[in-house]
Amino acid sequence: MAKVRGAIVVDIEKCKGCGLCVVACPSKVIDLAKEVNGKGYNYAYMSNPEACIGCANCAIVCPDTVISVYKVKTEANA
Amino acid sequence: MDIKDIIKEENLVYSKTKVLTDNVMHYCPGCTHGVVHKILAEVIDELNIQEKTIGVTPVGCAVLAYNYLHIDWQEAAHGRAPAVATAINRLYPEKYVFTYQGDGDLASIGAAEIIHACNRGEKMLVIFINNGIYGMTGGQMAPTTLEGMPTSTSPYGRDVKMTGQPLKITELIAQLPGTCYVTRQAAHTPAAVRKLKKAITKAFDNTGKKKGTSFIEVVSTCNSGWKLSPVKSNEWMVEHMFPYYPLGDMKDE
Repeated sequence: MAKVRGAIVVDIEKCKGCGLCVVACPSKVIDLAKEVNGKGYNYAYMSNPEACIGCANCAIVCPDTVISVYKVKTEANA
Repeated sequence: MDIKDIIKEENLVYSKTKVLTDNVMHYCPGCTHGVVHKILAEVIDELNIQEKTIGVTPVGCAVLAYNYLHIDWQEAAHGRAPAVATAINRLYPEKYVFTYQGDGDLASIGAAEIIHACNRGEKMLVIFINNGIYGMTGGQMAPTTLEGMPTSTSPYGRDVKMTGQPLKITELIAQLPGTCYVTRQAAHTPAAVRKLKKAITKAFDNTGKKKGTSFIEVVSTCNSGWKLSPVKSNEWMVEHMFPYYPLGDMKDE
Protein backbone atom coordinates (compact mmCIF):
# COMPACT_ATOMS: atom_id res chain seq x y z
CA MET A 1 0.00 0.00 0.00
CA ALA A 2 1.27 3.42 -0.91
CA LYS A 3 2.14 5.66 1.95
CA VAL A 4 1.71 9.42 1.78
CA ARG A 5 4.47 11.66 3.05
CA GLY A 6 4.26 15.40 3.21
CA ALA A 7 6.31 18.39 4.20
CA ILE A 8 5.71 22.08 4.69
CA VAL A 9 7.93 25.08 4.11
CA VAL A 10 7.20 28.13 6.26
CA ASP A 11 8.24 31.61 5.15
CA ILE A 12 9.72 32.35 8.58
CA GLU A 13 10.07 36.11 8.21
CA LYS A 14 6.42 36.49 7.14
CA CYS A 15 4.99 34.19 9.82
CA LYS A 16 3.23 36.03 12.64
CA GLY A 17 3.03 33.05 14.99
CA CYS A 18 -0.76 33.13 15.38
CA GLY A 19 -0.85 29.36 15.94
CA LEU A 20 -3.94 28.67 13.81
CA CYS A 21 -1.97 26.09 11.78
CA VAL A 22 -1.00 24.27 14.98
CA VAL A 23 -4.64 23.53 15.85
CA ALA A 24 -5.65 22.89 12.22
CA CYS A 25 -3.08 20.10 11.75
CA PRO A 26 -4.78 16.68 12.07
CA SER A 27 -1.51 14.81 12.76
CA LYS A 28 0.07 17.29 15.22
CA VAL A 29 3.08 18.06 13.05
CA ILE A 30 3.36 21.80 13.61
CA ASP A 31 4.44 23.73 16.68
CA LEU A 32 5.60 27.26 17.37
CA ALA A 33 9.38 27.64 17.65
CA LYS A 34 11.07 28.81 20.83
CA GLU A 35 13.19 31.12 18.65
CA VAL A 36 11.73 34.27 17.15
CA ASN A 37 11.93 35.77 13.66
CA GLY A 38 13.05 39.31 12.79
CA LYS A 39 9.78 40.78 14.03
CA GLY A 40 9.85 38.88 17.31
CA TYR A 41 7.18 36.31 16.50
CA ASN A 42 7.54 32.63 17.44
CA TYR A 43 7.23 31.21 13.94
CA ALA A 44 5.63 27.88 13.01
CA TYR A 45 7.82 24.88 12.15
CA MET A 46 7.53 21.12 11.73
CA SER A 47 8.26 19.66 15.15
CA ASN A 48 7.24 16.17 14.06
CA PRO A 49 8.00 15.99 10.29
CA GLU A 50 7.57 12.19 10.09
CA ALA A 51 3.81 12.51 10.70
CA CYS A 52 3.05 15.06 7.95
CA ILE A 53 0.59 13.78 5.35
CA GLY A 54 0.58 16.87 3.12
CA CYS A 55 -3.13 17.58 3.60
CA ALA A 56 -2.57 21.36 3.33
CA ASN A 57 -5.00 22.15 6.16
CA CYS A 58 -2.37 24.36 7.80
CA ALA A 59 -1.81 26.32 4.61
CA ILE A 60 -5.55 26.76 4.02
CA VAL A 61 -6.18 28.38 7.42
CA CYS A 62 -2.97 30.45 7.42
CA PRO A 63 -4.05 34.11 7.31
CA ASP A 64 -0.71 35.26 5.89
CA THR A 65 -0.28 32.45 3.31
CA VAL A 66 3.26 31.69 4.48
CA ILE A 67 3.00 27.88 4.17
CA SER A 68 3.80 25.85 1.03
CA VAL A 69 2.90 22.17 1.08
CA TYR A 70 4.65 19.28 -0.67
CA LYS A 71 3.36 15.73 -0.94
CA VAL A 72 4.68 12.42 -2.29
CA LYS A 73 3.33 8.87 -2.46
CA THR A 74 5.87 6.23 -1.53
CA GLU A 75 5.79 2.46 -1.18
CA ALA A 76 5.23 1.35 2.44
CA ASN A 77 8.60 -0.38 2.70
CA ALA A 78 10.54 2.46 1.09
CA MET B 1 12.52 9.28 2.98
CA ASP B 2 14.32 12.52 3.68
CA ILE B 3 12.51 15.86 3.89
CA LYS B 4 14.78 17.19 1.13
CA ASP B 5 13.40 14.53 -1.24
CA ILE B 6 9.85 15.63 -0.50
CA ILE B 7 10.45 19.38 -0.88
CA LYS B 8 10.77 19.47 -4.66
CA GLU B 9 9.01 21.53 -7.30
CA GLU B 10 7.12 18.53 -8.73
CA ASN B 11 5.68 17.59 -5.32
CA LEU B 12 4.20 21.01 -4.59
CA VAL B 13 0.49 20.74 -3.75
CA TYR B 14 -0.25 24.11 -2.19
CA SER B 15 1.41 27.51 -2.30
CA LYS B 16 0.56 31.18 -2.53
CA THR B 17 -1.47 32.07 -5.63
CA LYS B 18 0.03 34.62 -8.02
CA VAL B 19 -2.99 36.92 -7.58
CA LEU B 20 -1.77 37.68 -4.05
CA THR B 21 1.09 40.19 -3.88
CA ASP B 22 4.28 39.60 -1.91
CA ASN B 23 3.50 42.39 0.56
CA VAL B 24 3.33 41.39 4.21
CA MET B 25 -0.25 41.98 5.39
CA HIS B 26 -0.69 44.66 8.03
CA TYR B 27 -3.40 42.64 9.80
CA CYS B 28 -2.87 41.37 13.35
CA PRO B 29 -1.67 37.75 13.75
CA GLY B 30 -4.56 35.34 13.17
CA CYS B 31 -6.90 37.89 11.57
CA THR B 32 -9.68 36.41 9.42
CA HIS B 33 -9.14 39.12 6.78
CA GLY B 34 -5.99 37.34 5.65
CA VAL B 35 -7.83 34.07 5.06
CA VAL B 36 -10.64 35.77 3.14
CA HIS B 37 -8.14 37.71 0.97
CA LYS B 38 -6.35 34.47 0.18
CA ILE B 39 -9.56 32.65 -0.77
CA LEU B 40 -10.69 35.57 -2.93
CA ALA B 41 -7.33 35.53 -4.71
CA GLU B 42 -7.52 31.77 -5.25
CA VAL B 43 -11.04 31.95 -6.68
CA ILE B 44 -10.08 34.84 -8.99
CA ASP B 45 -7.09 32.81 -10.17
CA GLU B 46 -9.08 29.61 -10.69
CA LEU B 47 -11.88 31.34 -12.60
CA ASN B 48 -9.23 33.20 -14.65
CA ILE B 49 -10.92 36.59 -14.16
CA GLN B 50 -7.98 38.55 -12.78
CA GLU B 51 -8.07 41.05 -15.67
CA LYS B 52 -11.82 41.50 -15.38
CA THR B 53 -12.22 41.89 -11.60
CA ILE B 54 -12.66 45.23 -9.85
CA GLY B 55 -12.81 45.37 -6.06
CA VAL B 56 -14.14 48.20 -3.93
CA THR B 57 -12.44 48.56 -0.56
CA PRO B 58 -14.18 49.87 2.55
CA VAL B 59 -13.06 52.00 5.45
CA GLY B 60 -11.86 49.75 8.26
CA CYS B 61 -8.98 47.35 8.62
CA ALA B 62 -9.45 46.18 5.02
CA VAL B 63 -8.94 49.73 3.72
CA LEU B 64 -5.50 48.66 2.49
CA ALA B 65 -6.76 45.49 0.75
CA TYR B 66 -5.57 46.97 -2.57
CA ASN B 67 -1.99 46.29 -1.45
CA TYR B 68 -2.58 42.55 -1.33
CA LEU B 69 -4.43 41.47 -4.47
CA HIS B 70 -3.19 42.02 -8.04
CA ILE B 71 -6.51 43.30 -9.41
CA ASP B 72 -8.08 46.72 -10.05
CA TRP B 73 -9.37 48.44 -6.95
CA GLN B 74 -11.32 51.54 -6.03
CA GLU B 75 -11.42 53.04 -2.55
CA ALA B 76 -14.84 54.22 -1.34
CA ALA B 77 -15.88 56.61 1.42
CA HIS B 78 -17.04 55.01 4.67
CA GLY B 79 -19.97 52.69 3.94
CA ARG B 80 -20.35 53.86 0.33
CA ALA B 81 -18.72 50.87 -1.37
CA PRO B 82 -22.04 49.54 -2.82
CA ALA B 83 -22.76 52.95 -4.39
CA VAL B 84 -19.29 53.08 -5.98
CA ALA B 85 -19.63 49.46 -7.10
CA THR B 86 -23.01 50.28 -8.68
CA ALA B 87 -21.38 52.99 -10.80
CA ILE B 88 -18.49 50.73 -11.85
CA ASN B 89 -20.91 47.97 -12.67
CA ARG B 90 -23.07 50.16 -14.89
CA LEU B 91 -20.09 51.65 -16.72
CA TYR B 92 -18.33 48.30 -17.21
CA PRO B 93 -21.08 45.65 -17.26
CA GLU B 94 -18.62 42.98 -18.47
CA LYS B 95 -16.45 43.28 -15.34
CA TYR B 96 -16.72 41.25 -12.15
CA VAL B 97 -17.33 43.81 -9.41
CA PHE B 98 -17.20 43.04 -5.72
CA THR B 99 -17.23 45.05 -2.51
CA TYR B 100 -15.36 43.99 0.60
CA GLN B 101 -16.82 45.52 3.75
CA GLY B 102 -16.71 45.11 7.50
CA ASP B 103 -19.60 45.33 9.92
CA GLY B 104 -18.90 48.90 11.02
CA ASP B 105 -18.85 49.88 7.34
CA LEU B 106 -21.73 47.85 5.93
CA ALA B 107 -24.13 47.42 8.84
CA SER B 108 -23.76 50.86 10.40
CA ILE B 109 -22.87 53.90 8.28
CA GLY B 110 -23.43 52.06 5.01
CA ALA B 111 -26.73 50.36 5.88
CA ALA B 112 -28.71 52.54 3.46
CA GLU B 113 -26.32 51.95 0.55
CA ILE B 114 -26.21 48.20 0.93
CA ILE B 115 -29.97 47.78 1.31
CA HIS B 116 -30.73 49.85 -1.78
CA ALA B 117 -27.96 48.30 -3.86
CA CYS B 118 -29.23 44.80 -2.99
CA ASN B 119 -32.84 45.87 -3.59
CA ARG B 120 -31.89 47.12 -7.07
CA GLY B 121 -30.17 43.81 -7.66
CA GLU B 122 -26.86 45.28 -8.82
CA LYS B 123 -24.84 42.54 -10.49
CA MET B 124 -22.09 42.33 -7.93
CA LEU B 125 -20.72 40.35 -5.05
CA VAL B 126 -20.69 41.73 -1.51
CA ILE B 127 -18.31 40.23 1.03
CA PHE B 128 -19.33 41.21 4.55
CA ILE B 129 -16.84 40.56 7.36
CA ASN B 130 -18.76 40.42 10.63
CA ASN B 131 -16.62 40.36 13.77
CA GLY B 132 -19.03 42.26 16.00
CA ILE B 133 -16.68 45.16 16.64
CA TYR B 134 -15.00 48.19 15.05
CA GLY B 135 -11.55 46.65 14.72
CA MET B 136 -9.43 49.43 13.22
CA THR B 137 -10.51 52.33 15.43
CA GLY B 138 -9.96 50.54 18.74
CA GLY B 139 -12.70 48.00 19.38
CA GLN B 140 -15.82 50.18 19.72
CA MET B 141 -19.35 48.73 19.77
CA ALA B 142 -20.79 47.96 16.33
CA PRO B 143 -24.44 47.28 15.39
CA THR B 144 -23.52 43.60 15.26
CA THR B 145 -21.93 43.47 18.75
CA LEU B 146 -23.54 40.68 20.77
CA GLU B 147 -25.67 41.34 23.85
CA GLY B 148 -23.46 41.64 26.92
CA MET B 149 -20.26 41.71 24.85
CA PRO B 150 -17.71 44.13 26.34
CA THR B 151 -16.15 46.64 23.94
CA SER B 152 -14.24 49.86 24.51
CA THR B 153 -17.47 51.92 24.30
CA SER B 154 -19.55 49.38 26.23
CA PRO B 155 -17.09 48.22 28.92
CA TYR B 156 -19.87 46.57 30.97
CA GLY B 157 -21.22 44.72 27.93
CA ARG B 158 -23.79 45.80 25.31
CA ASP B 159 -26.99 46.97 26.96
CA VAL B 160 -29.79 46.01 24.56
CA LYS B 161 -32.33 48.22 26.37
CA MET B 162 -30.36 51.26 25.31
CA THR B 163 -28.75 50.19 22.03
CA GLY B 164 -31.15 47.60 20.61
CA GLN B 165 -30.51 44.02 19.63
CA PRO B 166 -27.52 43.03 17.45
CA LEU B 167 -28.43 43.65 13.82
CA LYS B 168 -28.85 40.54 11.66
CA ILE B 169 -28.26 42.39 8.41
CA THR B 170 -27.85 39.23 6.31
CA GLU B 171 -31.38 38.10 7.21
CA LEU B 172 -32.66 41.53 6.14
CA ILE B 173 -30.77 41.36 2.85
CA ALA B 174 -32.13 37.85 2.13
CA GLN B 175 -35.68 39.25 1.96
CA LEU B 176 -34.84 41.65 -0.84
CA PRO B 177 -35.89 40.53 -4.34
CA GLY B 178 -32.70 41.79 -6.01
CA THR B 179 -30.45 39.27 -4.28
CA CYS B 180 -29.86 35.85 -5.83
CA TYR B 181 -27.50 34.25 -3.32
CA VAL B 182 -27.30 35.11 0.38
CA THR B 183 -25.18 33.01 2.69
CA ARG B 184 -23.35 33.15 6.00
CA GLN B 185 -19.97 31.43 6.23
CA ALA B 186 -16.94 31.34 8.51
CA ALA B 187 -13.19 30.75 8.11
CA HIS B 188 -12.06 29.24 11.39
CA THR B 189 -11.37 25.63 10.30
CA PRO B 190 -10.09 24.07 7.06
CA ALA B 191 -13.61 22.73 6.35
CA ALA B 192 -15.17 26.16 6.84
CA VAL B 193 -12.58 27.75 4.56
CA ARG B 194 -13.31 25.18 1.83
CA LYS B 195 -17.05 25.93 2.12
CA LEU B 196 -16.31 29.64 1.95
CA LYS B 197 -14.31 29.05 -1.23
CA LYS B 198 -17.25 27.23 -2.81
CA ALA B 199 -19.56 30.09 -1.82
CA ILE B 200 -17.28 32.75 -3.33
CA THR B 201 -16.88 30.70 -6.53
CA LYS B 202 -20.66 30.44 -6.84
CA ALA B 203 -21.08 34.15 -6.16
CA PHE B 204 -18.59 35.14 -8.89
CA ASP B 205 -20.38 32.72 -11.20
CA ASN B 206 -23.68 34.49 -10.43
CA THR B 207 -22.02 37.83 -11.13
CA GLY B 208 -20.79 36.54 -14.48
CA LYS B 209 -24.29 35.32 -15.36
CA LYS B 210 -25.79 38.71 -14.30
CA LYS B 211 -28.23 37.02 -11.94
CA GLY B 212 -28.32 39.65 -9.21
CA THR B 213 -26.53 40.56 -6.01
CA SER B 214 -24.66 37.81 -4.18
CA PHE B 215 -24.10 38.50 -0.52
CA ILE B 216 -21.61 36.51 1.58
CA GLU B 217 -21.31 37.22 5.29
CA VAL B 218 -18.16 35.82 6.89
CA VAL B 219 -18.44 35.52 10.67
CA SER B 220 -14.94 36.52 11.73
CA THR B 221 -12.75 37.12 14.72
CA CYS B 222 -11.00 40.27 15.90
CA ASN B 223 -8.55 38.88 18.41
CA SER B 224 -7.03 42.31 19.18
CA GLY B 225 -10.44 43.87 19.75
CA TRP B 226 -11.75 40.91 21.68
CA LYS B 227 -8.54 40.76 23.77
CA LEU B 228 -8.06 37.03 23.14
CA SER B 229 -5.41 34.91 21.42
CA PRO B 230 -6.18 33.90 17.79
CA VAL B 231 -7.00 30.31 18.77
CA LYS B 232 -9.12 31.40 21.76
CA SER B 233 -10.98 33.92 19.57
CA ASN B 234 -11.98 31.14 17.21
CA GLU B 235 -13.30 29.14 20.16
CA TRP B 236 -15.15 32.20 21.49
CA MET B 237 -16.67 32.77 18.05
CA VAL B 238 -17.94 29.19 17.82
CA GLU B 239 -19.38 29.39 21.32
CA HIS B 240 -20.95 32.86 21.23
CA MET B 241 -21.24 34.20 17.66
CA PHE B 242 -22.56 31.07 15.91
CA PRO B 243 -25.71 30.67 18.09
CA TYR B 244 -26.78 34.23 17.17
CA TYR B 245 -25.36 34.20 13.63
CA PRO B 246 -26.00 30.62 12.44
CA LEU B 247 -24.04 29.55 9.34
CA GLY B 248 -25.66 28.41 6.13
CA ASP B 249 -27.39 29.53 2.93
CA MET B 250 -30.38 31.82 3.38
CA LYS B 251 -31.20 32.20 -0.28
CA ASP B 252 -29.98 30.43 -3.40
CA GLU B 253 -31.89 31.06 -6.61
